[in-house]
Amino acid sequence: MNTNTPINYRLAKSRAFKIVIIIFAFIITVPLFFIIGYIFTKGVTKINWTFLTHIPKPVGETGGGIINALVGSLLIVAVASVMAIPIGILCGIYLSENKRAKLAYWARLSVDILQGVPSIVVGIVIYFWIVKPAGGFSAFSGSVALAIMMLPIIVRSTEETLKLLPDSLKEAALALGIPYHRVILSVIVPCGISGILSGVILSVARIAGETAPLLFTAFGNPYLTGDIRKPMQSLPLLIFNYATSPYDDWRDLAWGASLILLLWVLLLNIFTKVITRKWKIQL
Amino acid sequence: MMESPFFNKEVIPSAEITRKSWLLRVIPYLYDKEKAVTIVKPKAKTANRSSKQIRMENFFRSALIWIAAAMVVLVLGIMVTLVWQSIPSIKALGIKYLWGKTWDPVSDVYGAWPFLIGTLLTSFTALIISVPFSFAVAVFLGEYYPNGWLSNFLKNAVELIAAVPSVIYGFWGLFVLVPIVRGLESKIGAPPFGVGIFSASLVLSIMIIPYAASLSRELIRLVPSHLKEGAYALGATRYEVIKNVILPYTKSGLLAGVLLSLGRALGETMAVTMVIGNSSMLPKGLYFLFNPGNTMASVIANEFTEAASTVYLSALIELGLVLFLVTVVINMIGKRIISRFTNE
Repeated sequence: MNTNTPINYRLAKSRAFKIVIIIFAFIITVPLFFIIGYIFTKGVTKINWTFLTHIPKPVGETGGGIINALVGSLLIVAVASVMAIPIGILCGIYLSENKRAKLAYWARLSVDILQGVPSIVVGIVIYFWIVKPAGGFSAFSGSVALAIMMLPIIVRSTEETLKLLPDSLKEAALALGIPYHRVILSVIVPCGISGILSGVILSVARIAGETAPLLFTAFGNPYLTGDIRKPMQSLPLLIFNYATSPYDDWRDLAWGASLILLLWVLLLNIFTKVITRKWKIQL
Repeated sequence: MMESPFFNKEVIPSAEITRKSWLLRVIPYLYDKEKAVTIVKPKAKTANRSSKQIRMENFFRSALIWIAAAMVVLVLGIMVTLVWQSIPSIKALGIKYLWGKTWDPVSDVYGAWPFLIGTLLTSFTALIISVPFSFAVAVFLGEYYPNGWLSNFLKNAVELIAAVPSVIYGFWGLFVLVPIVRGLESKIGAPPFGVGIFSASLVLSIMIIPYAASLSRELIRLVPSHLKEGAYALGATRYEVIKNVILPYTKSGLLAGVLLSLGRALGETMAVTMVIGNSSMLPKGLYFLFNPGNTMASVIANEFTEAASTVYLSALIELGLVLFLVTVVINMIGKRIISRFTNE
């Protein structure tokens, strides 16, 4: 600190720095609200009953909707959750129970790596694991790709939540003579359920908007289908395909779909916030 | 008897009571319901159940271990698959694949250099743009106003930025940002493509701010208050405390936050693919930042399903392998720094 400079100068500098920080900090909210506002104003006029209940019309015909993408998105995400949630929670339990085990070290490292894997790489890998052996694109392979992306978030949130629980809880239960698996499943997990749940919801919110891994797995489909062995449309895929198309009608569909996807993701995030108010988990 | 969800009443069997049981079972009810004990004959079931419990317990423990091991296998499997599938291209093109300057599937010539450069240019430009903002958010939330509605608002806004799907950023960038950039380009005399490396960097910089900001905020909070108080006691101003105490203390942690957001930027696919212009040319000239380009992720996204020949497909997978290795290394370094920081 240079104490030779006059105090007024130093105070002015400090004040100027504070103002610069505040300005910079709040500038970043501008593009956010710009984006959300833009999507809302563009999308809200496109949404109506036809939009929600019809499949997209071929080029040249006006109207049509995105029911295939809505159903597809829900199905793909649901199947992914069914696969990822039990595995993720159990792995989180293992990591929180065995902090110093050799396997825990490697598993934790793997989860860290998994969290950093670019989504497009997951798409490539699942293409070779499932799409190629099965002989075609399928919604199921998309679900597997998304499940792999969900895993690290669920594992992390479970582990962090369970770490916060006091050991005495487990010790008391064990002292009563309860078998280990019952201690975990009926005492420890219910105690941390809100933290675990918030991780699960957050992971669903994250993957609901993922597009890249679906490009080579679920692939997209202009028709409505409920068969997870077939290619299936999903909201992010529809947005990507129709946004880059040259037809105004398709772009309108993409705007509407963007609004729905945005609402879905934001709602899930708000939901998580409400649940996690109690738990200070860093994800 | 106490009601507990974990115990069956069968747990307290009593052999002698059972012999004259019906009386004992009925009498207590007559004068005191509290003392009523439900008596069950000890059956062979009891012994069976405990061995069943042991089996369950062992099953549960081994399931946990298997699932943790599966996690390791999953990551190893991803690595092996990528390496395995890129063998044809490694064989055909060798190491010079990495700095080959042309990417021409028609004549079967593949060089990754334009995409490496495109990825590095977009990510680093995005980093340079985003660092002042994320640092400002971190200092604002960590030091100036840790609580209150204003900082809550900012915190939630930053979280929302992370929550918006990347395809929506791309869509918005394509229709809002690109025309703006095009106007800017024609003003400064650059070729007005609109789409290009600069647009991609702008979109990316918005997307990666939350990662660096939230991490740095946590680390700034970790600075021991007695260090700051000492500096204040010596007569330092707020700015001097931030510059001379907080910054040196959190230096490595801030670096880790920047690294993690760099890892994010390198792997980001959809938003970049939509606004970068998808050209396999090397950016050149005075306005190279405004040229259309391609990143590793975007070229994979665009060409993977069209790759007809084995070498073409394999060359794309090798790009994926390079991307995977780079992001994993960057993420690992970042995480290592943070864990050391928080353990100290």
